[in-house]
Amino acid sequence: MDPPDTLSPGLYDYDLLVIGGGSGGLAVAKEAAGFMKKVLFLDLLAPSPRGAERGSCSDIDSIRKFLQQASLLRQAIQDSQKYGWRFKQEVLHDWSELVQAVQGQVRSASLELKRELRSCGVSHLNAHGRIVAPRTVEVTDVDGRKRRLTAETLVVATGTTPQCLCIPGETEYCITSKDLLSLPRPPGRTLVVGGSAEGLECAGFLSGLGLPVTVALTPDLLPGFDQKTARKIENHMIVAGVDFLYRCSLSKVEQTKDATSGDSAAAPQQGREGTLRVTVISKEGQTLQKDFDTVLVAVGRKACTSDIGLESVGVQRCRDSGRILVNERDQTSVDHIYAIGSVQHGRRSATGLSVHAGKLLARRLYGGGSVLCDYTCVPTVVLTPLEYAACGLSEEKAKLTFGEANVEAYHSHYWPLEWILPARNKNSCYVKVVCHIPDHERVVGLHIMGPNAGDILQGFAAAMKCGLTKQQLDATVGIHPGSAQVLTSLTQTQRMSEALMVRGNC
Amino acid sequence: MAALCRGRHRWKTNSLHVFTRNLTVKYDYDLVVIGGGSGGLACSKEAAQLGQKVAVLDYVEPSAQGTKWGLGGTCVNVGCIPKKLMHQAALLGSAVKDAKKYGWQISGTVSHDWATMSDAVQNHVRSLNWGHRVQLQDKKVKYLNLKGSLLDEHTVKGLSKAGKETILTAKNIVIATGGRPKYPTNVPGAMEHGITSDDIFWLKKSPGKTLVVGASYVALECAGFLTGIGLDTTVMVRSIALRGFDQQIAGLVTDYMEDYGTRFAWQSVPKRVDKLSSGALQVTWTNTQTGNESQDTYDSVLWAVGRAPETKALGLDKLGVQLNKETGKIVVAADESTSVPNIYAFGDISEGRPELTPTAIKAGKLLAHRLAGQSTELMNYNNVATTVFTPLEYGCVGLSEEEAERRHAKDGIEVYHAFYKPLEFTVAERDAKQCYIKVICERGGDQKILGLHFTGPNAGEVTQGFALGFQCGASYSHLLQTVGIHPTCAEEVVKVNITKRSGLDATVTGC
Repeated sequence: MDPPDTLSPGLYDYDLLVIGGGSGGLAVAKEAAGFMKKVLFLDLLAPSPRGAERGSCSDIDSIRKFLQQASLLRQAIQDSQKYGWRFKQEVLHDWSELVQAVQGQVRSASLELKRELRSCGVSHLNAHGRIVAPRTVEVTDVDGRKRRLTAETLVVATGTTPQCLCIPGETEYCITSKDLLSLPRPPGRTLVVGGSAEGLECAGFLSGLGLPVTVALTPDLLPGFDQKTARKIENHMIVAGVDFLYRCSLSKVEQTKDATSGDSAAAPQQGREGTLRVTVISKEGQTLQKDFDTVLVAVGRKACTSDIGLESVGVQRCRDSGRILVNERDQTSVDHIYAIGSVQHGRRSATGLSVHAGKLLARRLYGGGSVLCDYTCVPTVVLTPLEYAACGLSEEKAKLTFGEANVEAYHSHYWPLEWILPARNKNSCYVKVVCHIPDHERVVGLHIMGPNAGDILQGFAAAMKCGLTKQQLDATVGIHPGSAQVLTSLTQTQRMSEALMVRGNC
Repeated sequence: MAALCRGRHRWKTNSLHVFTRNLTVKYDYDLVVIGGGSGGLACSKEAAQLGQKVAVLDYVEPSAQGTKWGLGGTCVNVGCIPKKLMHQAALLGSAVKDAKKYGWQISGTVSHDWATMSDAVQNHVRSLNWGHRVQLQDKKVKYLNLKGSLLDEHTVKGLSKAGKETILTAKNIVIATGGRPKYPTNVPGAMEHGITSDDIFWLKKSPGKTLVVGASYVALECAGFLTGIGLDTTVMVRSIALRGFDQQIAGLVTDYMEDYGTRFAWQSVPKRVDKLSSGALQVTWTNTQTGNESQDTYDSVLWAVGRAPETKALGLDKLGVQLNKETGKIVVAADESTSVPNIYAFGDISEGRPELTPTAIKAGKLLAHRLAGQSTELMNYNNVATTVFTPLEYGCVGLSEEEAERRHAKDGIEVYHAFYKPLEFTVAERDAKQCYIKVICERGGDQKILGLHFTGPNAGEVTQGFALGFQCGASYSHLLQTVGIHPTCAEEVVKVNITKRSGLDATVTGC
């Protein structure tokens, strides 16, 4: 609903003005409205070359889940035959049908959201916000109409946007993950540039749909993740048929002379095999040229903090990343301006976390709450073909923090019962529990790789909040038959496994 | 004189017993376990690992229909494992339907072939039987395919199929013979023409149009997967479904099954089963509300009206091992001991224990440790999580709402709940109105969690981690402090915030 034109009684137009359509901002807005506060929510980010970018997380997460589900269903269709299901062998995928179905869901979710905001009493504008004075925001809507609105408290939740490679041909021919569903035709032979979670997920989805996919791991494989598990994810994808290019960088992307001419400003149109030529330079300096139908760039994300007026009011940002510096109360260097979500410097980026932090912030501001968001033990999930969910420290981080001698990592492969009939690999699924020995073997990191890893991890994350120890894990009776129960009976440690390997070399 | 002699002789025998025991009598084994199921195998392997000389006797009395199976007990052969595999077959049928909504082009009809599924399942079970044999060998546990019974506190008689007897003596004897499905006693034709869960997983041909009598989790799980693979299935319920489970959730589970295509005949009791000349089975039943009699024909009738403990042939009454009069199960103390010293019992055979594989395994291992003098730790049977693998899966740990009210009074508890929709269902256009979460807490204070219930996909996987919370004394505030993992179904558990008391709509909306 539109904000009123006249000033409301009281000093400011609004109690709370949220800039940015991310899920964190949404969560603060809704929660604050629950405390009868007057809230305005602006969800438009600066228009991009391809047109207006919509509010991030809720849409993107749904899309990720649907794409993952579509690719998992291919596996399910194959497996079902081992379980007695009979149908015509050849099963093809219709990309446009998937796109239609997903976009339909995203549209109805968007309408649902608008409805919800209305019923919560949150004013919502499809407009861009720029801070022009400590408590004043210049609001520009899609038609370009500008006006100034004031609020007692501001929350910046503008999220992140994909980083660019900054190479010739990128803006004209490359896409990012959010453009996938806007492609007029199936992605075809795809190159995913970047070993980020986002990149690997996209590679996984497309590969799962039967498309040929190559991943250029530049710069790293899943940076910040537990590296042993990252390697396993990579191996799983290799076995599934994804090609990986290592130690290389892209120098340019151009259309091949076979590509249809005309409309060169837009993304490549009628897909003929290999309409884009990518020039890759290996670490040794060799040049390679490869052809693809689609090039998807996923080398990381940068914070959307550049044109929302932060400098004008002195909100400090990290010089390198542009992310906003906040304290443990999510407050910026300006008292009444807060930041929530992936714009924050030095914190993990996850929708669940943003939503959680947003709610707690609203409670502290208006509900008399005092609980701070715990940014240290955040459970996350990566929707790669072998799903990976983790909470807490990686093995490397734990060893760095506590010293190698004080860390015990229990691990095991497991074979989900459902994989037995289709005879899928016995040593793909894996769990690891990282414990801090001197502190009652407290669980400081928990890692799960396997189907439904995210659903499995949630309860364990809640248990870690209660100070879960290895002994408590062992004391819990497992649910049988199930995959999660493997976590309640781990006996093998990383130390033991490594010792075995060393002996073998003699 | 004779009497005196006799008396003295008896006294001498007793003291001889004691005397010889003090002289470290050479028993054949430190431990003999009767029953090679989940519990028996875990106990015997653990004991052997601790240095004990162990033998395990396993014998399967064929079912009324003649079905028999190998080593491993109920779970491996006629329980958890084949059940979950057939449940998976049904789930995959749904997945194939969903796939079309996700753009997968599956042309023509989709049908299910029972024989392909049952062959694959049976082959897997056989490989498990083999695996268990190998494991026993590895751990140096003596395996005997004999029907065990007790001659005295230290002597076990093993009977082979051919009738040959073997006698073993043991310092300690553990009974872990489990249970078998019951047949109704007052329904003519029940046993001749009906099958039980002992048979369903071993059928070579499809059971066809099936009547499942009973409303236990066994009945509902079987009816669930039969419906899922395309068979015309009816469940006949005498009174309530999933007795002992939270009844609100039981209602959601059966509602889903009805929407899914399973027929329910409520408040009905079968009267007789007749075989027609066509080979079909004609079932006559009475509606307990109206008193009306009805009839219908089926290809198969599956009795799932409860399980009875396997104690009859054990010779327990001779030794004075106390049994529960109602259930027939062996009465045991917290350390699994029976009324007779050095005879222990655990698993499905013992009174008051959850009939679950993981508890049997754990209890068996702890018992082995205690018998080897290695520990005094007892099995904690409280707050054991369980999952019902119906088409809409149901995972739970702790108290049902009814039990919580009984113990703490309605005013003493706070029930948080939510109806949520799995994201995957939206594109698949599937109804999610029975996907539900209920967290029952103590009212006031930290709001310690008393019970947690979840219906939805992968309920078992979701519930496991929360079961740990019970070990750690989790409270509602811990849930509130936990960040939700997005996008999953499980995250809705940590976001639950509407109470039943408030009367507000508990449907989860948006992000």
